[in-house]
Amino acid sequence: MISANLPILHVIVPLIGAPLGLMFRRSPTGAWLLALIISWFTLADSLALLLIVSGGEAVSYEIGDWAAPWGIEYRVDMLAAYLIVIVSGIGAVTMLYARQSVEAEIPRDRIYLFYTMYLLTLSGLLGIATTGDTFNLFVFLEISSLSTYVMVSLGAERRALTAAFRYLVLGTLGATFYVIGVGLMYQMTGTLNMADLVNRLPEVAETRTILAAVAFLTVGIGLKLGLFPVHVWLPNAYTYAPSVVTAFLAATATKVAVYVLVRIYYTLFKGGVFETLPVDEILLALSIVAIVAMSAVAIFQTNVKRLLAYSSVAQIGYMLIGISLATITGLTAGILHLFNHALMKGALFLALGCVFFRIRSVNVDDMAGLAKVMPWTMAAFVTGGLSLIGIPLTVGFVSKWYLILATLEKEWWPLAAAILFSSLLAVIYMWRVIEVAYFRERPAGAVSIGEAPLAMLVPMWVLVGANVYFGIDTDLTVGTARAAAALLMGG
Amino acid sequence: METVIGLFNYWIVIVLMMAGFYIVIAQENMIKKMVGLSIFQVAVFVFYISMSNVFGGTAPIAAEGFTRYSNPLPHVLILTAIVVGVATTALGLALIVRIKEEFGTIEDDQIRDMEEHGEESGA
Repeated sequence: MISANLPILHVIVPLIGAPLGLMFRRSPTGAWLLALIISWFTLADSLALLLIVSGGEAVSYEIGDWAAPWGIEYRVDMLAAYLIVIVSGIGAVTMLYARQSVEAEIPRDRIYLFYTMYLLTLSGLLGIATTGDTFNLFVFLEISSLSTYVMVSLGAERRALTAAFRYLVLGTLGATFYVIGVGLMYQMTGTLNMADLVNRLPEVAETRTILAAVAFLTVGIGLKLGLFPVHVWLPNAYTYAPSVVTAFLAATATKVAVYVLVRIYYTLFKGGVFETLPVDEILLALSIVAIVAMSAVAIFQTNVKRLLAYSSVAQIGYMLIGISLATITGLTAGILHLFNHALMKGALFLALGCVFFRIRSVNVDDMAGLAKVMPWTMAAFVTGGLSLIGIPLTVGFVSKWYLILATLEKEWWPLAAAILFSSLLAVIYMWRVIEVAYFRERPAGAVSIGEAPLAMLVPMWVLVGANVYFGIDTDLTVGTARAAAALLMGG
Repeated sequence: METVIGLFNYWIVIVLMMAGFYIVIAQENMIKKMVGLSIFQVAVFVFYISMSNVFGGTAPIAAEGFTRYSNPLPHVLILTAIVVGVATTALGLALIVRIKEEFGTIEDDQIRDMEEHGEESGA
């Protein structure tokens, strides 16, 4: 009974949990416990799903028992299960970490609202990854986006409000573009169900309507995922959101949008879209600019959160390069980096959360000598940074390895060189922070502080540990990514 | 003439869509940005409703003597999209109220000035 309902439980439980969170107005701890329990429940559910679909069979669920073309179908295949595990896993770890960090950063009487919004975001993100219906996907996209805007606006500084507003305007434009794209596809095929679209799109793939649809979908999702020229909402939103929100969003929201792009290109159009419209070349060009230019911009940031936000835009470039190469190895690298980047950015932003918890700042200069007083936090930051750069024995190395392999397969040497060059830039911007924290003295008269509390250190080190573990034992991640890529390219 | 009158709805959609989009880009006033955003969204609603029309079809209510009906599905979809649009507008306006309280203005260019000169980032 319960196993038949697995594909919907991880979406519906947080969705029901969100209004329940409103009851914990006077008890922030109660709201936190609710969010924590639900997050771990979704993780358990998603791991069970991954086990079921790892045989290669996709699981399908008909909502309300309405058969597929009329009702909404939920469909979990390898790629979806993999993404659901990323989102719920990061959610579970950040919730473990959240209690003290949230109490320090969000006014007490608003904490229950934060957890309510978090649960809505979780439900929305998991829904996007699960649904097999293009319009239902839009609804989940907006559920997650609207609650994300609220979470960003909960930041302590007033600039969080403007960051949230600008994110809202661009995010809504993106979602509306997506709806236009879906409408154009519906006009030509008469269906919204992805499985149906796969069969009906090839006949009309050459028409101008479908080409326009692809363009609208690409731009719309590009806005959501922080594609290079339309990423302008991202640095401010990441910088001014509360630490926990930044860690959760950086590790999940953009990844889910990348997943949607993969679904559109490789599931709906089976990769054939690249022959009629050069979106792969456009994405590739933009991504190359992103990995170099955004890494260079990151070097000059004084706010470490903003520095990592720019680095995120660059890292999304790596994923898009993998995806736009349109080979199995390239796609494997792109999908693999979804997971690996979630691990490293999650760990780095959680480390910054610890820093902010103690010194109430994430400016580079304020972090002088911090390694002496917060050795565990800074060690986590360094490990996350090494992973970001792509040092062997970390997950970052594994992704870069496969990405370089994919470029060499095509014999695109300059592209491989660009990837290596942007890794060097990553060394520079990470080194700036590490140098200040390790080799400078604490300023005279600084308030004496200690290490972050254990309840924050442990979840952070779980992510750091995952960075190293999956950097050494790559069977699970690479295996799943490759199987998902093979399914996408083959089917 | 066919393309002008026969596709009248679609011309309106394009005009509305571009007008809304332009307002979002060009206006500095945040309320006006929200107005532009709403117009942009409404254009998409009209687009969906227009494409559900079937030549010679009636409203999709089963009744004697009618065999051709318009497609009801896009109408239902747009009901959902309208709800999303209302939520977006509400949240946007709520944020504008808070921005006005904190910055004392809702002109985006003035706020950008204040942000760049008035305060250090990330304190």
